Amino acid sequence: MDASEINQKVRQVIAEHAQLPADLPPLEDQTNLYEVGMASRASVNMMLALESVFEIEFPDSMLNRAVFESIAAISEAVEELLG
Amino acid sequence: MKSPVGVPPEAGQEAGQTVAELLRAVERIGVEVAGPAAADVDARGRFPQESIAALKEARVLSAAVPRALGGAGANPVELATQCVALGQHCASSAMILAMHHIQVASIAQHCGGSPELEAYLRRVVDEQRLIASVTSEVGPSGDMRQSVACVTQVDGGFTLSKRATTISYGAYAEDLLITARRDPEAAPSNQVLVLVLGGDFSLEEPGTWDTLGMRGTCSAGARVEAKGQAWQVLPEPFAGIATTTMVPLSHVVWGACWLGIATDAAGKARAVVRSKARAQPGVAPAAARRLSGLMTKLQLLRSEVFLAARDYSDLLARGDLEGLASLSFVLRLNNLKLSASQLTVEVVSEALFACGIGSYMNKSPFSLSRQLRDAYSAPLMINNDRIHETNASILSVFKGE
Repeated sequence: MDASEINQKVRQVIAEHAQLPADLPPLEDQTNLYEVGMASRASVNMMLALESVFEIEFPDSMLNRAVFESIAAISEAVEELLG
Repeated sequence: MKSPVGVPPEAGQEAGQTVAELLRAVERIGVEVAGPAAADVDARGRFPQESIAALKEARVLSAAVPRALGGAGANPVELATQCVALGQHCASSAMILAMHHIQVASIAQHCGGSPELEAYLRRVVDEQRLIASVTSEVGPSGDMRQSVACVTQVDGGFTLSKRATTISYGAYAEDLLITARRDPEAAPSNQVLVLVLGGDFSLEEPGTWDTLGMRGTCSAGARVEAKGQAWQVLPEPFAGIATTTMVPLSHVVWGACWLGIATDAAGKARAVVRSKARAQPGVAPAAARRLSGLMTKLQLLRSEVFLAARDYSDLLARGDLEGLASLSFVLRLNNLKLSASQLTVEVVSEALFACGIGSYMNKSPFSLSRQLRDAYSAPLMINNDRIHETNASILSVFKGE
């Protein structure tokens, strides 16, 4: 899976699970998802969906705010786990 | 003695009272002031004015201010110890002290070296200002981590209007610490923590606080109308303040207040059992068996509160931000809240059986009416069902212990 495909799938998961406000402008790769409205509970749903879509398991060391704060950060973590 | 921010007192700088001196003062205030007033505070649902005045006089309100700024630099274990000592005599007074310490620590650990906020903390030392928390809000989520209210920039400062469902001792506090969205355009979770000073806020349309227990905390809701200057908005986003200070310290010092209630109830049960045992030496009273059971739970409760307090103090002392923000620590502290609140209710309930009918009578010296009603606030202030939901959610992704 190449980087742009990962980025697209990450965006799809965010659209379905991050519960962001409907009137947001399109997300930049670096947009801070928490600052635009992602609540902690929604972030957990997003983590679960990412594990399912990419067939990966985030190790506990990755389960922190920084790893899930932007499309870029999430994509980087997914790439690392997919090897 | 480490300060919460790990800043040692600078050479030549005068440190405030030592932590040990403050603890002795709190113990004395519990026995001489808070305890004797507790029944009246409870009966009339009034603010424990005499307890808080005594705590101010003994300079306890700056216990959590770093020593470098003139405070005692008490860590979470030491703050918890104060709350246990006071909670044995008046749980409302202890809860007010606990909440105040949380506010001070939130500023102290997250002021980012702001000279104005540091100067404010020195004022807390000098003037023993009581700070109340305004984190609750009328709104759709009921989640402290999402706000409706927002900070609005105006010439040279800001205004802020917030409808809070509860503000503990708000009418009696010098200053407030309020959560709100960063600006009118910010998302609900994009929050800041705002210090508002006495004279710059009013509590409009106050509600009532006529509750089963914890009646002296006077936690009526109100609409807060506030203004202030830019420096009063803490520099760090509220998310980090909540994760590393407000939530963990709340669970630790609340648990300590509840441990105080449970210790008080157990003390009455022990007195009753001793008295019955003396009446018939050689015959173990039936209540002794009950006492043994509740003392087992009291020990579990004490261990849980102080182990969590020590873990938290250690993480702070090491400056381990990753550890503080980890899901395992969130679970650890949530579990403290769940077990401490449940055990408190159980210990007080079992103390009723050990004490017998005397504890059921309101005017008896062994009455446990206030303790039982106060104890039931524990599983409800942040509803345990809600915390179980959060834990369930975390456990769906978390793999560790």
